[in-house]
Amino acid sequence: MSIINPENLKQIKLTNTQIAWRAAQDIQDGAYVNLGIGIPELIARYQPQGRQVTYHTENGVLGFGEAPAEGREDWDLINAGKKAITLNNGAAIFHHADSFAMVRGGHLDLAVLGAYQVSQTGDLANWRVGSKGVPAVGGAMDLVHGAKAVAVITDHVSKDGKPKLVEQCTFPLTGVGCITRVYTSLAVVDIQHQKFVLREKLPDLSFEQLQSLTGATLHVENEVATLNAPPID
Amino acid sequence: MNCTTLPLADAVSVIEDNSVVMISGFGGSGTPIELIHALIDRFKASGSPNNLTIINNNAGTGKVGIAAMIKLGMVKKMICSFPRSSDAHAFSEKYLAGEIELELVPQGTLAERIRAAGAGIPAFFTPAGFGTELAEGKTVQEFDGKPCVMEHWLKADVALIKADIADSHGNLTYRLAARNFSPLMCMAAHHTVAQVSQLVNPGGINPEHVVTPGIFVEAVVEVPNPKQEELLIRAGEDYT
Repeated sequence: MSIINPENLKQIKLTNTQIAWRAAQDIQDGAYVNLGIGIPELIARYQPQGRQVTYHTENGVLGFGEAPAEGREDWDLINAGKKAITLNNGAAIFHHADSFAMVRGGHLDLAVLGAYQVSQTGDLANWRVGSKGVPAVGGAMDLVHGAKAVAVITDHVSKDGKPKLVEQCTFPLTGVGCITRVYTSLAVVDIQHQKFVLREKLPDLSFEQLQSLTGATLHVENEVATLNAPPID
Repeated sequence: MNCTTLPLADAVSVIEDNSVVMISGFGGSGTPIELIHALIDRFKASGSPNNLTIINNNAGTGKVGIAAMIKLGMVKKMICSFPRSSDAHAFSEKYLAGEIELELVPQGTLAERIRAAGAGIPAFFTPAGFGTELAEGKTVQEFDGKPCVMEHWLKADVALIKADIADSHGNLTYRLAARNFSPLMCMAAHHTVAQVSQLVNPGGINPEHVVTPGIFVEAVVEVPNPKQEELLIRAGEDYT
């Protein structure tokens, strides 16, 4: 098996913004979408032209837009990441229980979250890495249940080179059997019937190389498409 | 029926030692900072109330609001979903020193537990948290093949909330995303105190625009131009 060294990997892998771009291409016109705090939030920037997408934030807004200019913030109007936002025409404001009714009640088309680990059965670990420090969960455990699709956007391996796609999560779980698709820095992988099914991979990476960087078996059903993203700063 | 309109200090006098208190807000949005600081003034003057259980999404930031309450030693326990904010030193220090209890609740479950209490629903089942350490020891039942965790209602003795406009019946409206937990907490507490930017006569709010009906509100305090917690934190204010 050919092993790819970490330096080469760094050169070919997609950046966070490129992974966000790739995930954005799959968001359908008219969709209601919740984007997790951090990297998932970048997805909104790359929404393809001509598609109308309504973004939901857990603290009680549907239809928020860009951040306001500095100095123009209204701190009563923030998102779940506590950043100032603006409202698009047609926005709606509601209380927290209604907001999570939209989540759990199956009304969102897509939720996208970050991950420490995703298992081949769709388990997600993304809220803490051990038992030290102050635990904090926020809405992650609710968000993974109810949206019609729950996707993860992540580097394929951790900072110390360990696979983040695994047979079984070793970090504390956020949810069981909840993830349907994973966009990584190297591939697009679906979770179907408790298996990782490879849909797309970077052209400069062989299947064997990708498998060596993955902690569980990658299955191939049909042709594996080429994962391409434009260069983005 | 008219709800009571009170000065700040009188409005928070209902809170006793060992009370369970809901405080509205998500981050600085919707935080009733004047009510919290009136409670702190009382504590500084009399040593009471103490041993409080506080229910809020977070556990305070900086040195104002809930963070100041924690730092001053007024809080025995936090029930919240996200106590680890960027500047949550007050809570972190007490927690790591074992000086404050924490009940960590997924955010949607926290909201629904509060709503359930207000609606007279003792418990409900939710998929959130199933299979995680936050569901350990809880009753699990399957619905349509999906395992769900039983969660109990969450009540409080007093709710301190922030709204925008009130009439003298206690009907409330809210400003932007500052609404967040307030309508739920108003329902779930035995005694709800709302600080509002403006108090109007009955008829001053279109009935179709009322978000929280006055039946859920016991007392109203008018605080024109309320302070915004986020700005106090950025300015480095210290209320300890």
